[in-house]
Amino acid sequence: MANERTTKIRTKTQDGVTDILVLVSHPMETGQRVDPKTKEKIPPHFIQKMTFALNGKEVASANMGTAVSKDPLIGIKVKGAKAGDKVKVNWSDNKGESGSEEAVIG
Amino acid sequence: MTHTPRRTFLKGTLAGGALVLAASSGLLVPRRVEAAEWPKEAFSAKKIEDAIQALYGTSAHTPSGSIKLKAPAQAENSAQVQIQATADLPNVESMAILVEKNPSPLLAQASFSGAEPYLSARMKMAQTSDVYVIVKSGGKLYSAKQNIKVTVGGCGG
Repeated sequence: MANERTTKIRTKTQDGVTDILVLVSHPMETGQRVDPKTKEKIPPHFIQKMTFALNGKEVASANMGTAVSKDPLIGIKVKGAKAGDKVKVNWSDNKGESGSEEAVIG
Repeated sequence: MTHTPRRTFLKGTLAGGALVLAASSGLLVPRRVEAAEWPKEAFSAKKIEDAIQALYGTSAHTPSGSIKLKAPAQAENSAQVQIQATADLPNVESMAILVEKNPSPLLAQASFSGAEPYLSARMKMAQTSDVYVIVKSGGKLYSAKQNIKVTVGGCGG
């Protein structure tokens, strides 16, 4: 299960501003849903922290709650990034799972 | 007359036994340590003011026209509501998105150390609600809000 999570990064630069979009395949269980078969509550399982780094320096970090949608798509913007700059994203969830991905701004 | 002290003695031992049982069954075991720095109190708050208070130490915020919130006026799928927030303010340290009528209002909180004061995400909404963006700039809190209507059943009406 744990290794099925994929992290994807897409970047787009326009007028000196770079959009960084991150997509993680993650269930983002709220802990409020009930399994229709067992009638038991499904325990919460969600991403709590995500950090964004540009060329090794952290530029933003986000704390998330259970209300973020399944397969979260999170976007930030940076100014003045150049082609060839490296973007790195790390995330971790409440069950101790984590993931990271790197991309090069095109 | 010898009965009374014996009764009280029995009651005393029973109560004491219950306490020992509670202690040994794990009720007093310390709770699991959460991920470092994740503001658990703010995310578990049930009221929007409590969540803002837990995050920033105050719940007083000033409406600001410099904060732009881009979200649909009406959400067809309440499990996937796209939202974008931008703050045109100097020295933005932090931005939080809150959905007033969600069971836990705080959606996400971002800190900026070089990136532009912008955050986009997709969120779940329990029902029609005001959505707030709180921005911390120069030590003060500014806000913007928008009402998003959730149509149950997705008929768009």
